[in-house]
Amino acid sequence: MTADPTYVIKGGRLVDATGIRSGDVVIGADGTIVAVGPDLDAARTLDAAGCVVSPGFVDIHSHLRQPGREEAETVETGARGAAVGGYTCILAMPNTTPAIDSAGVAREVLDLGRAAPCDVRTSGAITVDRAGERLAPMAELAALGVRVFTDDGTGVQDNLLMRRAMEYAVGLGVTLAQHCEDDALCSGGHMHEGEWSSRLGIAGQPAEAEELMVMRDIALARLTGCRVHFQHLSTQGSLAMIAGAKAGGLPVTCEATTHHFTLTDANCATYDPMFKVNPPLRTDDDVAAVKAGIAEGTVDCIATDHAPHAPDTKHQPFDDAPPGMLGLETALALALTELDLEVDRVVGLLSWKPAAIIGVDDRHGLPVAEGNPANLCVFDPEEEWVVDGVSLQSRSRNTPYQGRRVRGRVRHTILEGDPTVIDREPVQ
Amino acid sequence: MTDLLSISDLERSEVEQLLDLTDHFVEVSARPIPKVPALRGKTVVSLFYEDSTRTRLSFETAAKRLSADTMNFSVSTSSVSKGESLRDTALAIEAMGIDCIVVRHRSAGVPWQLTHWLNSAVINAGDGWHEHPTQALLDCYTLRQRRGSLDGLRIAIVGDVKHSRVARSDITAFTRLGAEVVVVAPPTLLPPAIETYPVTVSHDLDAVIPTVDAVYVLRMQQERMTEALLPSLREYTATYGLTNERAERLDDDAVVMHPGPMNRGVEIEGDVADLERSVIVDQVRNGVAVRMAVLFLLLGSGSDLLAVPEAEA
Repeated sequence: MTADPTYVIKGGRLVDATGIRSGDVVIGADGTIVAVGPDLDAARTLDAAGCVVSPGFVDIHSHLRQPGREEAETVETGARGAAVGGYTCILAMPNTTPAIDSAGVAREVLDLGRAAPCDVRTSGAITVDRAGERLAPMAELAALGVRVFTDDGTGVQDNLLMRRAMEYAVGLGVTLAQHCEDDALCSGGHMHEGEWSSRLGIAGQPAEAEELMVMRDIALARLTGCRVHFQHLSTQGSLAMIAGAKAGGLPVTCEATTHHFTLTDANCATYDPMFKVNPPLRTDDDVAAVKAGIAEGTVDCIATDHAPHAPDTKHQPFDDAPPGMLGLETALALALTELDLEVDRVVGLLSWKPAAIIGVDDRHGLPVAEGNPANLCVFDPEEEWVVDGVSLQSRSRNTPYQGRRVRGRVRHTILEGDPTVIDREPVQ
Repeated sequence: MTDLLSISDLERSEVEQLLDLTDHFVEVSARPIPKVPALRGKTVVSLFYEDSTRTRLSFETAAKRLSADTMNFSVSTSSVSKGESLRDTALAIEAMGIDCIVVRHRSAGVPWQLTHWLNSAVINAGDGWHEHPTQALLDCYTLRQRRGSLDGLRIAIVGDVKHSRVARSDITAFTRLGAEVVVVAPPTLLPPAIETYPVTVSHDLDAVIPTVDAVYVLRMQQERMTEALLPSLREYTATYGLTNERAERLDDDAVVMHPGPMNRGVEIEGDVADLERSVIVDQVRNGVAVRMAVLFLLLGSGSDLLAVPEAEA
């Protein structure tokens, strides 16, 4: 052990893929964990009394809006919010302007990420400009380290093009992630189609629009052998199909967002566009199915689909407002508050499981053990707080949880040995 | 009552109170000088994001007969086309010192959003496919005028219920006043979850015609053809149009209604609209008095409601 110990995380309960135990954690100057055990000391102390010390969280679904919509979010502000939420790694979605469909744009995002308080990775678009017409230069992007491709914000509609994308992805050893929605069936819709949309007079997006694409992509995964990750699944039917595909041995994974297990289409009754999101908030039954899918393991991880929008865009009619809501700073608390799961399960869903899906499990989600990179999150699972959009780090304010009392709060976040958050405050 | 957003917000007794008050304004409207000073000094703004000549004129006439000042926010010359947010537009209008906004918008829910941002009274003059409460009130008033009461009436609402704010408000209003509603439409023009509405559903207008006390014919919009909701207008007219032949099979006392503007020859055959049983012109006439009642309830002194206009009589 050659590194000089710089920090000790004292008094916490260590929770990782290997189990739960007590111990202090010493972080060396080289950014790795240099010692784990009882009664350790170092030059500086991060208090973890009453807290869980876990691997840092990994969000595989963040919209960072840069380049193109810096008024809503930047890589830096998104990463800072992520750090406050306990994340040490986030995966940027490619629906920027221009889209992340070339090495040039990907490089820009990764460069911006190097100065950010989070390990920022980027996905790449499957098709040029996410237009669903021809394949983006996936090999060129893969050469920069891009491991996940998606047209997120929309799904690839063309069956043959999606088949080709999957075949091509197999050759590169990358994962395709899909935003499952059949555009034609959703046409003109702004919320889940059902009793509420009918009553509110808002055009609906039927659950079947998502399920049709899930069904298609399961079939194409079978045909091509491609690893397919299903983004933000929101319906009972989608989850049943994923469970079936997994039982059949197909290489599929899926995520659920925090809003799809905490909110329903009934929330749209106030016409507040804060509750507009794609895929839309569904019914109580769907929420129950998402929770069950998480509990039973059909759902592989929790993602945020963090989607900042500048305030004026949400001061428009429901039809005109853009879909999406903030998520990075509330995910842990919502998972702890709303899911009836042991804390190690919650940590796994936020940390090592998503890390494995996007291939960052060489640095993130690793056990809190000597020799591993110190990408860590320290959180108090019992601390209660009230969500307030104004106090969030994002450049936007579009949280649907304004005023909601939740339980569980990040105290410290450590990225490669350097604290990015100390005592709930981002380190500037 | 501080706003009129939805018929659902009104109890049966409140709807009846409004209709009783409307009687009074029908009387005012029949005077040689149909004007009372009830809302003198009040300012009513029409904020119409969607073309609607008759509803806007009806509200303006109602406001003027109550001596309110009226302003028109014209969308084509406004900042809306410059990308101003709904909230900013609404705040700017309110800053001019107004008492009431009458809003029409192609998007459902806009009147609700305005109430979150404004102190002025908000009247929903139609929001997307959602609600059109003053239309429902004038429809109830017209039916009551002709039939005495809605209790026990059986009313068919025929046509594009799915995209109709009139249908949504009327279903609530008619059933709240004791009528039974049957909606008659092809399944493509019914809203999702129709089974959760307090109506029965039929796809057979011919079977329904002899059983009802009123036929409410909805406007059929040309653009529905492009959405593959119907094969053709011709087929629609043949199966769901109120033809002369169908009108003849109505009960003697049954009335024909339409919210306007009519597509004669499509949802309603030319002559049917002019039959004695048609109350379509009454609907328009009563619309002014109903809107006077609504404006008066929202903006009037609040106490001794009927006394104010009478003092001027």
